[in-house]
Amino acid sequence: MRILTCFLCPTSGTASVAGFDILEQPFEVKKRIGYLPETPPLYPEMETAEYLRFVGKLKGLSGAELEKRIDYVCERCFVGDVKNKLLGKLSKGYRQRVGLAQAIIHNPDVLILDEPTAGLDPKQINETRDLIKGLAGDHTIILSTHILPEVEQTCEQVVIINKGKLVATDSVRNLQARTRGDESLLLEVASRNGQLDDLMVQQKLEAVPGVSRALCTEHKDASLLFEVQSQKGQLVRGDLARVVVASGWDLYELRSAAKSLEEVFLQLTGNQTPADAQENPPSELQS
Amino acid sequence: MRNTWTICAKELRSYFVSPIAYLLLTMFALIFGFFFWNALGYFVIEGMEMQLRGQAFPMNINEQIIRPLLSNVSVVGLFFIPMITMRLFAEEKRSGTIELLATSPVRDMEVILGKWLAAMILYSCLLLFTALNFAFLFHYGKPDWKPLAVGYLGLLLQAGTLLALGTFISTLTKNQIIAGAATFGVCLLLWVLEWTSGYESATWAQVLSYLSVITHFESFAKGVIEAKDVIFYLTGIFLGLFLTARSMESMRWRS
Repeated sequence: MRILTCFLCPTSGTASVAGFDILEQPFEVKKRIGYLPETPPLYPEMETAEYLRFVGKLKGLSGAELEKRIDYVCERCFVGDVKNKLLGKLSKGYRQRVGLAQAIIHNPDVLILDEPTAGLDPKQINETRDLIKGLAGDHTIILSTHILPEVEQTCEQVVIINKGKLVATDSVRNLQARTRGDESLLLEVASRNGQLDDLMVQQKLEAVPGVSRALCTEHKDASLLFEVQSQKGQLVRGDLARVVVASGWDLYELRSAAKSLEEVFLQLTGNQTPADAQENPPSELQS
Repeated sequence: MRNTWTICAKELRSYFVSPIAYLLLTMFALIFGFFFWNALGYFVIEGMEMQLRGQAFPMNINEQIIRPLLSNVSVVGLFFIPMITMRLFAEEKRSGTIELLATSPVRDMEVILGKWLAAMILYSCLLLFTALNFAFLFHYGKPDWKPLAVGYLGLLLQAGTLLALGTFISTLTKNQIIAGAATFGVCLLLWVLEWTSGYESATWAQVLSYLSVITHFESFAKGVIEAKDVIFYLTGIFLGLFLTARSMESMRWRS
């Protein structure tokens, strides 16, 4: 990320952003990127509007155009109401949004965001994610994050990097499909008259054609939770439902246990401990 | 050039919205005021004694007040310069705002020049306070203004050198205290190097003494502009800013 922004130089190789090489023409690259580092680069003694004016000038804007952009990004990032507040006094959510406003002030082609939701509360996280999604129409956004559900929510294209090596690059859905072998289903069965015998249920479920294995994963008060593996391409859900109902039990839940991106991630990075593996997983959203 | 000015204005603003500029101005005005009062008192007493003795010794405001005072300012300035430069880059590195500067379409040299200029302007503001005191001399006496102007030029050149070195030291660390202490050490050393010439006349002593920023100020205090002194200071400024630029560039290679 920092190499793409020309903040660091690569030890080997090179990269190009918007058609300009970061080593040959860093100046052109810098003009075309907006960058929000992990901690927004704010000067605590400046006011919001003043800070945006300073950044705008650095990025080459001036005069009426600059004022127009300031108004625009303030509105876009919902920081209009803190325009005249000191940056040092703003809450974390506002700082993050001022950071975003700063990054888009010169309408860059590429927007690079480093963990934009780190350290925010759930409400702020949602607001920031919505904001990022809203910006997706105007800029190509590269977003790095450790929070995989965030990737599922916001990104179209995912790049997984493990120890500096590119492991996978694909859309979220394709990634999930790629690693899924057998189809796995979650099934919750209950009985209104007394206890259920998990062995009996298991036998009945495994008798359904196409099912390779059924496993009781959880005993609840009045119901049992099963994980059912079926061979690929077999549509067993209807049969499963009929079996359960025909046996006089109640079917509480039946759904496909789609692999979360987290599992995909762990599988691709070689099943290391999560802390280890998540060291550097930038994920990318392109729009 | 436009970017340099943008950076310079931003730096000046952060000097003047924080207490630092006012603290420096107050302290400097107080200390210089005390020196001025002392020099003036001494001058007046001496003048009266001369009259009592019936001597007509030529009293010269330039030689007896302005020149020693300018030398004092040049030394006192050494103590203030670290406080001006220590935050320039160290603060940006600590707060991460250096990433904003380094990823904006701005040349390193523009950033460095902007910051150095802001430091120079703040130092000039300090000097303005001394001018206030000197203005009294012009009101009550007839000192020659030219040596004074030359003295100010010398002070600015000397400060330029030290501010440039301070700026460089500030790029080396995230910690303002370290930057300030190291700059102070360098300033002090560049002052006391001059002392070697007092007891030793060997070549090494002459070289050391020549490196002292104070040595080169002496002729300015007398009101004389010597090319070698001007060149010394200009070289110092260039060296400081050049090192700053190298140091900033090396940040890109360290992670």
